[in-house]
Amino acid sequence: MATLSRPSDHYDSRREAPQTGVVQPKLGLTGWLRWFWRQLTSMRTALFLLLMLAIASIPGSLVPQRTSDPNGVTQYFTDHPDLAPILDKVQAFDVYTSAWFSSIYLLLFISLIGCVIPRTKHHFQALRAKPPTTPARLGRLFGFTTQDAPPHSDARAAITHARTVLKSSGYRVARFDSDTESSVSAERGYLRETGNLVFHAALVGILVTVGFGGGYGFAGQRVLVEGQTFVNTLLAYDSFNPGRFFDDTTLDPYTLSLDDFSVSYEQRNLQAYGQPIDFTADVTVTPKGEAAEPGAVKVNGPLRTNGTSIYLLGNGYAPTIQVTAPDGTVVFSDSVPFLPQDANLTSLGIVKVPDGLAEQLGMIGFFYPTQDKAASGANFSSYPDLEYPLLTLNVYTGDLGLNAGVPTSVYSLVTDTLTQQTGGKTGVASIELKPGASAELPGGLGTVSFIDNNPAASAAGDFTQSVPRFASFDIHHDPTQIWLISFSMLVLFGLFTGLLVPRRRVWVKATTRADGTVHLEYAGLARGDDPALEAAVSAVAARHLKLLKTHQTVVATPEST
Amino acid sequence: MNLTDSALLNSYSLYALYSAMAIYAFAFIAFAVDLARRSSAVGAIEAADLVETDAASSAGFAASAGSTVTLKRPVLSRISARMDDDAALPYGRSSSLRVGVALTVLGWALHLAATIMRGFAADRVPWANMYEFALTGTLLIMTVFLVVLIRADLRFLGTFVTGLVLVLLGVAALQFYVEVAPLPPALQSAWLVIHVFVASLATGMFALGFALSTVQLLQFRRENRTLEAAAPRSALAPGQRLRFLATLPSSATLENLAYRINIIGFILWTFTLMAGSIWAEQAWGRYWGWDTKEVWTFIIWVIYAGYIHARATRGWRGSRSAWLAIIGFSAVMFNFGIVNVFFKGLHAYSGL
Repeated sequence: MATLSRPSDHYDSRREAPQTGVVQPKLGLTGWLRWFWRQLTSMRTALFLLLMLAIASIPGSLVPQRTSDPNGVTQYFTDHPDLAPILDKVQAFDVYTSAWFSSIYLLLFISLIGCVIPRTKHHFQALRAKPPTTPARLGRLFGFTTQDAPPHSDARAAITHARTVLKSSGYRVARFDSDTESSVSAERGYLRETGNLVFHAALVGILVTVGFGGGYGFAGQRVLVEGQTFVNTLLAYDSFNPGRFFDDTTLDPYTLSLDDFSVSYEQRNLQAYGQPIDFTADVTVTPKGEAAEPGAVKVNGPLRTNGTSIYLLGNGYAPTIQVTAPDGTVVFSDSVPFLPQDANLTSLGIVKVPDGLAEQLGMIGFFYPTQDKAASGANFSSYPDLEYPLLTLNVYTGDLGLNAGVPTSVYSLVTDTLTQQTGGKTGVASIELKPGASAELPGGLGTVSFIDNNPAASAAGDFTQSVPRFASFDIHHDPTQIWLISFSMLVLFGLFTGLLVPRRRVWVKATTRADGTVHLEYAGLARGDDPALEAAVSAVAARHLKLLKTHQTVVATPEST
Repeated sequence: MNLTDSALLNSYSLYALYSAMAIYAFAFIAFAVDLARRSSAVGAIEAADLVETDAASSAGFAASAGSTVTLKRPVLSRISARMDDDAALPYGRSSSLRVGVALTVLGWALHLAATIMRGFAADRVPWANMYEFALTGTLLIMTVFLVVLIRADLRFLGTFVTGLVLVLLGVAALQFYVEVAPLPPALQSAWLVIHVFVASLATGMFALGFALSTVQLLQFRRENRTLEAAAPRSALAPGQRLRFLATLPSSATLENLAYRINIIGFILWTFTLMAGSIWAEQAWGRYWGWDTKEVWTFIIWVIYAGYIHARATRGWRGSRSAWLAIIGFSAVMFNFGIVNVFFKGLHAYSGL
């Protein structure tokens, strides 16, 4: 088999446009539209758009993207202040929602639909059509085999048997009889084109589902410290991204409590000492008006409950900090989530005390679960678990900027309008606190305490219970996932059948010679890639001859019965 | 398993790996010698001008194992020419080729042992970091090659396959090696077994497809030169390099083989993408987020989709589609070697 033959009914690219110099008929508007449509739906254009799509995807992996790496984008603007705005103009930080990327894939899908619809029509016709007339010269085709039928065979009867053999092998058959010869024309593998069409239609399904279906869900984030409870309502989320069509009054107000967050660290293998090997958030979910049910959220094990999925995406320490005014009133008391900065959970947190003290107070804190000192004198954490916890605080006083009504992040402190009182260049050492310890704030503002969650154990030297942990949860609702998975299954089905099912034609011809013997010819034609065509033709020939021989012994003895 | 046993097993795994690499190196040499012999046999014919007119379509010769070259009258019937023997000058299996295949099988067995022992040492599937992924990925490339040999005679690709695997294993052992470590929580999923394994298998397919497409391009150039050498007195273009190409299948045959292997790779890659999406949904809360690794997996998918379409587009069959397969596999290697290590993203599991 030298080359792979194209199916004659394959929807291929159009022939080249007429060369210039040829006098072309004037095209009206419809003519131009038809011309444009043909260009767009040609295989050549589809191929061009596919390659464009591949190339257009590359920049998104080179430049940080707002959707997947917003901090990276901010950093990029800091690092490349001249280049970043130019890149931003061409939507380089939003490649996959950019006008140019969208236009490529939309054109590709229009091209695809324009190609698939006529092919589907054609395929339905082919499914109803009879296999074509047997060619006059089978010798030119693939797997050509000739055989002499067993003696006393009849050409028409031989073809009847060939028809049986082919039909039982899943071929669609048509027989042709004339005075001198009989033949059967057979075709199989219509599933190949069916699969091909299903594959492309399912891709359209995926695009539509992703494009519109995403609008019906929501994604929200919420940080919970051990012991805290969250009610699934809009205001309770730290951040909330509803889809375009999502109605936030439909939120199901169940409650989610983080009872315990447990982490285990590798302690035997020194090559991976301190590497986390398990994170488990033990939670309690209470649907509205129903009994509470316990559950667990793990990194690869989201909790599916009340139409939402709860994912565990982050964790860290939330030291309990208390600030007391000189008169003894507690003006701040909270477990503050500190964001991990490295693998050993050196963590950074912000405390803001706007009211109750003589001045507004801001503190930037570092928490070291296992504090150690570098040769330079800087603190660092040498192990992620609570072996020797230490909290250090740099104190700022002045205007926190909270009264302007502008939303500010709880994870950052704008120090422009503040005066630093401890740490850095102030000459005053940072406040350093062990769990359970307190210190005076500078300028007689009051006292700050690092509350120990389990003083008894800490007194015995076990600090592992002294600081609560937090978990950051993503809570999603996506009603389209079932559609996506279904379309994906169809894509796979379409690929398997569209690429691997061979579509082929096989012919068997029986000619009665002058001496009355019957001459048999077998041949096949691949329609699309078909590595096993010749083997298939010889298998048909072998089965047919076997059937002819068995049949012959039956008909050879009618006189004796 | 206790730690000392694990460390011991891991050191056995390394011994097995280095032995496998040494044996692959010898196999590489044997395969290269075979190619050289093919070239010199073709050269001998060229010199003797023993080939009759129209040799390109009908002459055949067979070399018996060893140094004696016997020439036979054409025995090939073009009508029933099978896939493997439509070479301009079919060449038998030389002793060096047999040695090459035997050494490859031996090297593969050691490679398999190294991978299995690494898995037992780590008490999990041996593909959770770059080193292990390279170990398993190359094992699968080799496995695909050896399995395909049963069905189609692609022994002439031995130089390429052993060479590629040797280079990748060398980089893995020297640059990517990390000690056995437990699975981080993000990788503790059944999808690690499925997603990564199928991705490696697809890579094995694409590697072979790449090799076939490369040879196809070289062969196509040779065939064109042969045609251009107007007087068809010989199957060989005068003074050309890589004369062994005359003993390999025609470019059309190579193209069909490459296509069949690449479509299997494409189906596996599609599955990899889907399995990855399902896993991403469980681990990160979204099935698709244009993470750098996702982007490149998508790019590779689109390139091979383009390759399949190119084969059905007038003017794109043959060399142009072969280039797409070559670009596709280059992107696979880029995705493995560069994106994993240097690009920022969620697939940060290289262990480096």
